[in-house]
Amino acid sequence: MKRIVIHEEHCIGCRLCEVHCLVQHSCSRDIIKAFRAERDTIMPRVLVEENGPVSFALQCRQCPEPSCIEACISGAMHRDERTGAVVCDETKCVGCWMCIMVCPSGSIRQNLAGTRIASKCDLCYGAEIPACVAHCPNEALTYEEVP
Amino acid sequence: MALSLVTPNFIVERDETRCIACQVCVRQCANDVHEYDSDTDRVRSNDLNCVGCHRCVTLCPTRALRVRTNPLEFRPHANWTAQHITNIYRQAESGGMLLTGMGCDQPFRIYWDHMVLNASQVTNPSIDPLREPMELKTFLGAKPERLALKAGAEGPEVETEFGPQLELEVPIMFSAMSYGSISYNACLSLARAAKAAGTYYNTGEGGLHPDLYEYGPHTIAQVASGRFGVHLEYLNTAAALEIKIGQGAKPGIGGHLPGEKVTHDISRTRMIPEGTDAISPAPHHDIYSIEDLRQLIYALKEATHYTKPVSVKVAAVHNIAPIASGIVRAGADIVAIDGLRGGTGAAPTMIRNNVGLPIELALAAVDQRLREEGIRHRASLVVAGSIRNSADVVKAIALGADAVYIATAALVALGCHLCQRCYTGKCNWGIATQDPYLTKRLNPDIGERRLVNLLRAWALEIKEMMGGMGINSIESLRGNRDHLRGVGLNQVELDALGIKAAGY
Repeated sequence: MKRIVIHEEHCIGCRLCEVHCLVQHSCSRDIIKAFRAERDTIMPRVLVEENGPVSFALQCRQCPEPSCIEACISGAMHRDERTGAVVCDETKCVGCWMCIMVCPSGSIRQNLAGTRIASKCDLCYGAEIPACVAHCPNEALTYEEVP
Repeated sequence: MALSLVTPNFIVERDETRCIACQVCVRQCANDVHEYDSDTDRVRSNDLNCVGCHRCVTLCPTRALRVRTNPLEFRPHANWTAQHITNIYRQAESGGMLLTGMGCDQPFRIYWDHMVLNASQVTNPSIDPLREPMELKTFLGAKPERLALKAGAEGPEVETEFGPQLELEVPIMFSAMSYGSISYNACLSLARAAKAAGTYYNTGEGGLHPDLYEYGPHTIAQVASGRFGVHLEYLNTAAALEIKIGQGAKPGIGGHLPGEKVTHDISRTRMIPEGTDAISPAPHHDIYSIEDLRQLIYALKEATHYTKPVSVKVAAVHNIAPIASGIVRAGADIVAIDGLRGGTGAAPTMIRNNVGLPIELALAAVDQRLREEGIRHRASLVVAGSIRNSADVVKAIALGADAVYIATAALVALGCHLCQRCYTGKCNWGIATQDPYLTKRLNPDIGERRLVNLLRAWALEIKEMMGGMGINSIESLRGNRDHLRGVGLNQVELDALGIKAAGY
């Protein structure tokens, strides 16, 4: 399957990936409405980590054998059959945060803004190019077939 | 502290109905124009710091930003323009020289825009470059006096031995920009693009970074007055050598790379201590005559066993024709001339704006003089100093150039917005800076792609223009001034350019 590849050396820390991830996961899909009206209920699923000039955008690594699926007590965390992405079924998630405890890359976060559910990258529901990749101005994120 | 009389050059307009306070502008501005106020959850802008580089405007995801020239007007005065007044305010405060970057921004006549090209109609056929071969290949270097042929097994063979030549797929090279004045990623973009497009880039006088040695066959290594980074391996790795005497943006002036920019990597490449100012003297201290220049040219030729052409780069100045003649007679294989509008990383504003000649006039004078002296074949002529598009290239070649150097155009392809603040080291586009936060902004993969695209696009246009003139080889265009006519020029200018007026 295709994965998002991080190129740390090209990340400029602008956080446009976060902005567009948030818009992609908003109800309106409109950047201004998403930030004005929905800001309290949604959050980006990619996070730019920074230390001095070093920065990179981190989202779920889509592990081949995901610890989060194994650790999930409610069966909410599962692999989507259509897209192959590891996603959280928000109707089943009980907010025990075990997935967060076991995630090796720290890319699952508590969505405390809206409902108490685990928030993570879903590769934009099988989109041809995920929003963070499509909007990275410096090609610091690429979407590639990785063996 | 006394009140500063300097007012902002630009006004940053933020459309509050569009701004989502995502702070991309805050993070992207190295000049600290934008500031996030968490109390109000709004972003504010300090116009005074804005240099007009458009980084924030380009990256704003909602297009909420506009940068406009500050409409602040002084009482109209034809002599005392706002520029002169504010320059005096600045100098009265600083007591220093005014500094600037890039090329001359004054409204001197741009002769390219007063020359028009020819095209074939009825009496001679035009050529369709999509259907017929069109040759842009160019060889730079000394050409022999005459060509001797001998009978070979498969027909005639050339007997004459040629000196070392540079082979160009397009008659366009990337002009000298040193590692130090521009970032490593900018150098790498140029080197990779030169290799991919079959042309050359120039190291400037900053030496050659060890990682760029693999691009040696597409590198012109410069030897300038500071002799930074010059050693035998450097000379032998390059495809050609260039002695830099002067630069169009600042003829007669040396260079000064401030110590803050001399990072570990640059200090190694330049072979100077880390953090020390890299000062290039105005003259070469061993060149005070054509004879001295000849000694250096032959020293370089000896060092490289006569395998590489040696270029001499000079700024276009008043007596450029005899100077070029002297350079050719001193043994240079290539003469590079940089005009008034040529760019720089830093120059005193008064020098940049007032010293030198427009390249069009210098080129015409030099080509004419070398022809009259019968030595035009002994050196190739490369011109620089604001070649802005493919038509400028065609006009330059028709005026007598063998190839052109582009630097400003190459940087613009990499994202430069000509804000003219290269000397501050805060280039928001990651080009003229060594700040690790900023240099990352230029991804060399993107840079290479954009430069190769630019050369490809220009090559297509050059072929189209040549085809229109009924010419299928760039060789037939070279020095073919019959294909040029002047529009709106007086007789003195037409004579200097060696072209007829339009209509004749």
